[in-house]
Amino acid sequence: MNTLIYCEIKDGKFKKSSFELISFATSLPGIEHPIVCFTGEAEQSEVDQLSVYGAVKAIRIHLHDTTCFQEAAVASALAELSGQVHANLMILPHSSQGKAIAPRLAIKMKAAYLPAASGFEVSDGFLLFRKKVYSGKAESFLSMTTERKVLTLTGNSFGILPGGVQSPVPVEEFRPAQESKFENKLVSSKKSEGKILLSDAEVVVSAGRGMKSPDNWKPVEELAELLGAATACSRPVSDEGWRPHSEHVGQTGKIVAPNLYIALGISGAIQHIAGISSSKVIVAVNKDPEAPIFQVADYGIVGDLQDILPKLVEGVRELKQNN
Amino acid sequence: MKLLVCISNVPDTTTKIKLAPDSGSVDLSGVQWIINPWDELALTRAVELKEIPDNPVNSVIVASVGTSETDATLRKALAIGADKAYRIDGKAPDAWYVANQLAEVINMEKPDVVFTGVESSDFNGSAVGGMLAELVEMNSVSSVSSFNIDNGQAILTREMDGGQEQISSALPILVVVQKGIAIEPRIPAMRGIMMARQKPLEVLPAKEVQAHLSTHSYELPRPKAACKLVDPEKPGELITLLHTEAKVI
Repeated sequence: MNTLIYCEIKDGKFKKSSFELISFATSLPGIEHPIVCFTGEAEQSEVDQLSVYGAVKAIRIHLHDTTCFQEAAVASALAELSGQVHANLMILPHSSQGKAIAPRLAIKMKAAYLPAASGFEVSDGFLLFRKKVYSGKAESFLSMTTERKVLTLTGNSFGILPGGVQSPVPVEEFRPAQESKFENKLVSSKKSEGKILLSDAEVVVSAGRGMKSPDNWKPVEELAELLGAATACSRPVSDEGWRPHSEHVGQTGKIVAPNLYIALGISGAIQHIAGISSSKVIVAVNKDPEAPIFQVADYGIVGDLQDILPKLVEGVRELKQNN
Repeated sequence: MKLLVCISNVPDTTTKIKLAPDSGSVDLSGVQWIINPWDELALTRAVELKEIPDNPVNSVIVASVGTSETDATLRKALAIGADKAYRIDGKAPDAWYVANQLAEVINMEKPDVVFTGVESSDFNGSAVGGMLAELVEMNSVSSVSSFNIDNGQAILTREMDGGQEQISSALPILVVVQKGIAIEPRIPAMRGIMMARQKPLEVLPAKEVQAHLSTHSYELPRPKAACKLVDPEKPGELITLLHTEAKVI
């Protein structure tokens, strides 16, 4: 099956999700040499790196309008490209851009669309995709009934497989013939303050109402900085305006899946758990031993954050100095 | 100007999910049904836009695909402030089916703005909005956290990975909205609930559409091993465990 993978670039580098997408694609039965496509600029050495995971060819898409992200235009370009390379399967990251492009693309390609897959299984000759449903409270196994398929993969769900040897990846240029008839004009843009994106973070330090006041956040930020982590918070904290809404993790906020999620003073309402349940390791610090967060945590401390948090910051600082 | 808000009828967010004995379906008996949280925020914003004096919005329509159990949810949407509701009478197997049904409503009503929530809290697909926009060949913007209409143009904020963009777009437009679009969902007032009974709730037959996805089975998350508790007097031990045992720092 000819497969096209849409990879995202940030600051000239392929996002880590790209390696996971290629690992996923090459693991699927019947797919050996997926083609990667991307928009924007990347050095040849960056593109070559994709060969480690199994990419053999890359296609750079030159969009007509690059002032801001135009989901309809990218979907249209990808549909055109998929026709040109006879791709029956298109894989994108389930990122904010990926999930905007993919449904439009699926309609254009006359393909079935399976969003937010987290893996696959072959059962009785059927290819079944795993997908979390009910905000992580259950997992479903789905099959796609059409020949053409579009799917997005949830970040940090399948994993990056150990790669092979790096080899050159030829890059072809693609200029879509069709221009999108829709236009969204960029009025202004602003970058968010946090250095590490919550959606990309491997470690997340999250704090809740147990912090008692927005003035107590300094050690949370310190801990995050030492760990190279993104900061997050529970819903009451963002509702109170203690922290920005963009930090809210939970069912109606952001769903995260880092390697390490540290919950400080978060009791763990079912909606919060739904947003963090895919995390590899969960740590909880809470003064209430009955707090539901301890039911999903791998490690925990029952105690007062005021005493414990500064000691954790110190502990991490020492660890980082000694390594 | 006409606004259409697409609504998904979902189990309350506090619902504990149980599976049917054969694991082939989710046991939804006794579940409390609600308006999907993001759709509720979208509806709140649509009603706010109608209430702003001198704004050219004169009607807010809601539409949902579902069986008669969905009527209560649509009545609530009318109580919040929608003027008219459509229920497309069908059981939704996937987003492709839903988008095709909603496309019929758009073709019939020709709204200036269509709102969809970023995802439903049951299937978590984030698929219907984009599919719908493409089916009716409408412009769309996703990850929208604020929305206004000014001089016949949509003025909106889009949340991107690592920042925000202010965008202006011509109408008609479909916006996929997320948290921030309204501060809090509106709670229906008694007057609204009374008025909702008089408002039209039209039931349309579903168009025949073959599903693209088929669910074979479900699994519940495996119970986690017990939490390893560290002595609060020695928090440093936690750091050691995370470094040497879990190997995550």
